[in-house]
Amino acid sequence: MATHRMRMGDGRVEAVSSDELRADILAGTEDAADRGGIPTITEQERDHLFDLFAHPGRIVGVEPGREVVLSDDGVAGSLYTEQGDSGVGVPVSREQAIRLFERAFGFDTTELGHADYSFKPVKPIVANEQQCMESVLLATIIPVFYGAMPNLATYARPDGPFGNPSDLMPQGKIEAARTAQVEAAEACTRDMVYVGRKMADAGADGLDFDTTASAGDAEFLATLLAIEELSANTHLSIQVGMAAEFVLGMHGEVSYRGERLAGLYPHRQVKLVEQAGASVFGPVVNTNTRMSTAWNVARAVTFVKACSEAATIPIHANVGMGVGGVPMCETPPVDAVTRASAAMVEIGRVDGL
Amino acid sequence: MAHVLASGMGGIRTAGDLVARMQLHRKMRIPEAKAYVAEKLGVGVVDLSDEVLMREVREELDIGVVTAMPGAARGLAAKARISRLLGVQIASVETLRAQLEGEL
Repeated sequence: MATHRMRMGDGRVEAVSSDELRADILAGTEDAADRGGIPTITEQERDHLFDLFAHPGRIVGVEPGREVVLSDDGVAGSLYTEQGDSGVGVPVSREQAIRLFERAFGFDTTELGHADYSFKPVKPIVANEQQCMESVLLATIIPVFYGAMPNLATYARPDGPFGNPSDLMPQGKIEAARTAQVEAAEACTRDMVYVGRKMADAGADGLDFDTTASAGDAEFLATLLAIEELSANTHLSIQVGMAAEFVLGMHGEVSYRGERLAGLYPHRQVKLVEQAGASVFGPVVNTNTRMSTAWNVARAVTFVKACSEAATIPIHANVGMGVGGVPMCETPPVDAVTRASAAMVEIGRVDGL
Repeated sequence: MAHVLASGMGGIRTAGDLVARMQLHRKMRIPEAKAYVAEKLGVGVVDLSDEVLMREVREELDIGVVTAMPGAARGLAAKARISRLLGVQIASVETLRAQLEGEL
């Protein structure tokens, strides 16, 4: 009986039979379909996934002509930062790192971001970011985003001026927690618009909102309102990368254009992001570390395929550590990453990664 | 890096940056963006990710090549030519234009 080398969601290697592989793929797509209220992938697509995972080679790839655009969050940080930012600690400047990504690594787009990669800490030092962006734009050919996270949690005490819902909710102070989130969201929107306008002035090609809705539905609302303002009043192309596969209802009752934000999956998230005026949407599907990569990738491409079919703007799926089917470990194994990559293009029908 | 090898277009090694610009500037999905760029370059869609063919095209159009060739357009100069080629406004290029035309 044939066995196949299989990465698990935590990066361990196990051996699985062909029957187990097929069963995992089916179970993964059915899990996504059940949670999201979306169709499973087709039998033909499941067979294609089987072929990808049964392939004995370390690396798989898409057929020539089916390549897609690559975008990235942080970019330079993966070279000069520490493990917390998935960096390798090579002491290059951000300008040097971005040029490496363009010329040595073959990326299609690039991004400038601060080491403290959130909008709130960038606001007081935005002039430094502007001059760096201007310097980068002189030397680069590929499009350059400015990226940061909305990170609503930084607006709550002790880091910020507003009440902390994580403290208020366990005390049963639900209304106070909701009020705190709404007030924090208003401040967050103002800061994101402020930084966005400054980056537009500096000539950035785009703005990337990374890990959107990490703090739940109030943060998603803050970001959507910032996108509305910036897309209407600047030249910036706006990319939105999500934090998780569904929007956490930390508030539970915020809505955007009549749609409640809590509980939305990617195929609904993208419609609101489009309405706000964004140019690119990056769905996220979280990896289950107890399940196989085949299960995780089948599940991820099911969500992303539904998102892509609903979308009118380009979809750049997040496929990295712990998302998009890739194992959750510090050094994502290339065997798993390339399988997830090819599957996202050929089944998920993404426009980029 | 795994994505670059498995699924990426290849940036300025090929036409990846040009296809990316059409996604960003005009919100084009990948088939439309590739078709648009291929038409502007006078090549087939499948040629857009061919490093050898695209190297020749990029040199001929002087829109930036990945190796450091003295005299070849790079940075803002390459982007200015890409802006004309694709019919899109690139903000950093427009900023330079405004600065050049400003009063002394």
